[in-house]
Amino acid sequence: MADRINLVMKLNGEERSVNVHPFARLLDVLREDLRLTGTKEGCGEGECGACTIFLNGQVVNSCLVPAVQAQGAEVITVEGLARGGELSPIQAAFVAHNGAQCGFCTPGMLVAATDLLNRCPNPTEDEIRDGLAGNLCRCTGYSKILDAVQTAAADGASR
Amino acid sequence: MIGASSHRKEGRAKVMGTAIYTDDKFVPDALHGVTVRSQVPRGILKGIHFGGGIPWAEFTIVTAADIPGKNLVASVMHDQPFLVGIGEEITHMEQPVVLLAHSNRHLAERARLAVALEVEELPAILDIQASLDLEQVIYGTHNLLKEIRIQKGDPSKVWDRAAHVIEGEYFTGAQEQMYLETNAMVAVVEEKDAQTWVTVWGSLQCPYYVHGALKQLFGLPEDRVRVVAMEMGGAFGGKEDYPSVNGGHAALLAWKSGKPVKLIYDREEDLACTTKRHPSRSRLKTAFDAEGHLLALETDFVIDGGAYATMSPVVLSRGAIHAAGLYRCPHVKVHARAVATNTPPPGAFRGFGAPQSLFAMERHMDICARKLGLDPVELRRKNFLRLGDTMATGQVIREDLDLGGLMDRALAEIGYHDKRAAFAITNQGEGPIKRGVGFSVFMHGCGFTGSGESYLASVAGVEGLADGTVSILAASTEMGQGKNTVFSQIVAEALKLPYELVDVAEVDTDRVPNSGPTVASRSTMMVGRILEDAAIGFKQSLVQQGFLQEPYTPESFQVAVAKAVATLGSVKCYGQYHRPPNIVWNDSTYQGDAYPTFSWACYAAEVAVDLDTYEVKVEDFVTVQEVGRVVNPRLAAGQVEGGVAQGIGWGLWEEVTTKQGRMINNQMTNYIIPTSADLPRIQVVFLENAHPAGPGGAKGIGELPMDGPAPALLNALEGALGPLRLDEVPMTPERLLQRCEEVSHG
Ligand code: FES
Ligand code: FES
Repeated sequence: MADRINLVMKLNGEERSVNVHPFARLLDVLREDLRLTGTKEGCGEGECGACTIFLNGQVVNSCLVPAVQAQGAEVITVEGLARGGELSPIQAAFVAHNGAQCGFCTPGMLVAATDLLNRCPNPTEDEIRDGLAGNLCRCTGYSKILDAVQTAAADGASR
Repeated sequence: MIGASSHRKEGRAKVMGTAIYTDDKFVPDALHGVTVRSQVPRGILKGIHFGGGIPWAEFTIVTAADIPGKNLVASVMHDQPFLVGIGEEITHMEQPVVLLAHSNRHLAERARLAVALEVEELPAILDIQASLDLEQVIYGTHNLLKEIRIQKGDPSKVWDRAAHVIEGEYFTGAQEQMYLETNAMVAVVEEKDAQTWVTVWGSLQCPYYVHGALKQLFGLPEDRVRVVAMEMGGAFGGKEDYPSVNGGHAALLAWKSGKPVKLIYDREEDLACTTKRHPSRSRLKTAFDAEGHLLALETDFVIDGGAYATMSPVVLSRGAIHAAGLYRCPHVKVHARAVATNTPPPGAFRGFGAPQSLFAMERHMDICARKLGLDPVELRRKNFLRLGDTMATGQVIREDLDLGGLMDRALAEIGYHDKRAAFAITNQGEGPIKRGVGFSVFMHGCGFTGSGESYLASVAGVEGLADGTVSILAASTEMGQGKNTVFSQIVAEALKLPYELVDVAEVDTDRVPNSGPTVASRSTMMVGRILEDAAIGFKQSLVQQGFLQEPYTPESFQVAVAKAVATLGSVKCYGQYHRPPNIVWNDSTYQGDAYPTFSWACYAAEVAVDLDTYEVKVEDFVTVQEVGRVVNPRLAAGQVEGGVAQGIGWGLWEEVTTKQGRMINNQMTNYIIPTSADLPRIQVVFLENAHPAGPGGAKGIGELPMDGPAPALLNALEGALGPLRLDEVPMTPERLLQRCEEVSHG
């Protein structure tokens, strides 16, 4: 078996190619090989959601995804949410509402919240709670995160 | 500025994913460190064997024999070795014995498993009772890490003449901090000019604790050791004392290998080996007169301190001082002990002993109310501390306290009286869901206990930068609580500048003075106050040296600072803690002002219990607190909401299961913290009452919210289910089922 394999993906809108260990986790490839350290590891076993990214438009826990599955895929991480230095509505709402305290759950939480609002532009509070239940936060008690998501939803709706 | 909900200074970096946490630091050619730990709770290390199939020659290997300085972690007591050496005693299952480093992370992990330890096992003691019974003597002569007695009056004279004497026993379990970012360190050791220079970057709350530990470990002078706090993914006390251990380990590997070393724990290792909240047992005995006035209180408070002292003496101290709650009582006796066991040592966790002793007291008050035939509201109202009252340590209440008003506000917010009446009827019904409301009233001492602040004599400062902005110099760390923001607000207010012109300097011991550890809810109140002084001194020196005229605009201030920097090279001004003249404390008698002031609170909970599954849902949670002037309401509310979430977790779900003293549910899959779907909106009310000790009148806030939820929830459970043996947290479904069966089986 080859020592390294070549992996090509569209990462945050850019074509990237990288040689990786055949059994590498996508999380490690992003963080170590591609040096996008925004995506975090909180558990390594699919429980905390800190490693949440978009893979071909679906949210996944990148700690559980073998990097080979990203072959030819479109990947969006937290670094890809802002456009040209301008925060996305959900990012801006997290700043305004103190949705990030220590900030370690934040990258995954933002990706999950972006996905939630894509699927469900006007979620109820319970829908937000359920939608984010796979992303653990130990700092906020979630209230300020709910505030941020609700604000982003309302801004989206008014646009 | 003070009172504004300014946005978090580092908020933008956090939402962009550009904030750099320890493992995000790019370190070319770094080795990856791993730790070989004991697999028995107690024994003598006889040998270390390196198994086959591993290219050991490629590895950096560190054992106790390599340690250049002292093999003891500098902490409250110097009793814990960095590594256990051959012939020495292993005292718990997670004791570090060998450190390994290799450039290949996966190979390093394989190598860790290939090291075998030869140990002559000794009998271990694993819980409080076995330690108190001296089944084995493992620490000193009596297994005591610390013992404290506090006495006021003499309860023994009261028992016989009191109308009612009520006793109770309460237990609290260990709790994991579960910061989302595991413990992480990066170390570089350089040999320059025939000298050793040690630098550690890490996820750590207290840079100068780690600095002190590294000095002792390597036997180096102050200026040869540098500690830098990286962005921190939560801590809650869990990165207060432990970083002195893993910081030392990373530095040892870097020193021996001559290469940079990353030592990043995975979640399983972090949960198994790092510190937790101390388990506790409280025995309370209280005497009341016929009307329900508290006449005497005696408490025997014991915490399990594990194999080494770590922070146990200070955790015990705070627990002991909070043990009598916020009630006036003429006769009080507190006997508090931290006992040693062969378990990985617990350490600091938000609340620091107070949640344990306050749980017992606030649960006990409800039980007393029931036994006295009084409403728990009225029993408390009769007994609250007031202006001029004396606490158990002799501390006189100098604030015009209205705890009854504070309690009434919380009860009104949750609709306590109406709900109690309504649930009394609905709970009669057939359905499996039973509802209840309950509350707790409590306080949290602000800052270090007793003389702690005087010993620390913290220093913090402000510095002018070339662009005319102001930078804050303090070793206080940002762990998500909002230090960067709150400090900037305090200094901006003192200098009458916009918030944008002030920011914090990187927390690097080469650059910032020792403002003390970032613990004990002390940063805003204690360090904030020093910064206020430093800022005013800074402004005065600009005026005196002719750079600035008053009154000034932000623009003219900026010009003046820029000019001063251009002329003088560097402009800084420091402030230092001064003990307020009316604060007196005696460490040997435990008498005096334990804290400069307290934050006060009443928390109320509404729960629904499903008698088919014994699951408890928290339907409403109200917090009313008096924390002095609130510097940043949105950040402060975030602290309360997050603290309450942790408190609810501790009260209902978070169980540390152990085998031979070691946590065995050391995964996020089976140690359950609250998700967004598990919690209600936590309502937060601040009653402001400016306190002169803090900047602009602020008190401490970070830990208070951990104290109230557990007793409020169990009091609410009693409201829902009637009298049960609700004496322990976490009250998991399994435990609740068992308590209900006790009643049905008589
Ligand atoms: S790190 Fe992937 S889910 Fe926790
Ligand atoms: S902000 Fe710290 S874990 Fe969510």
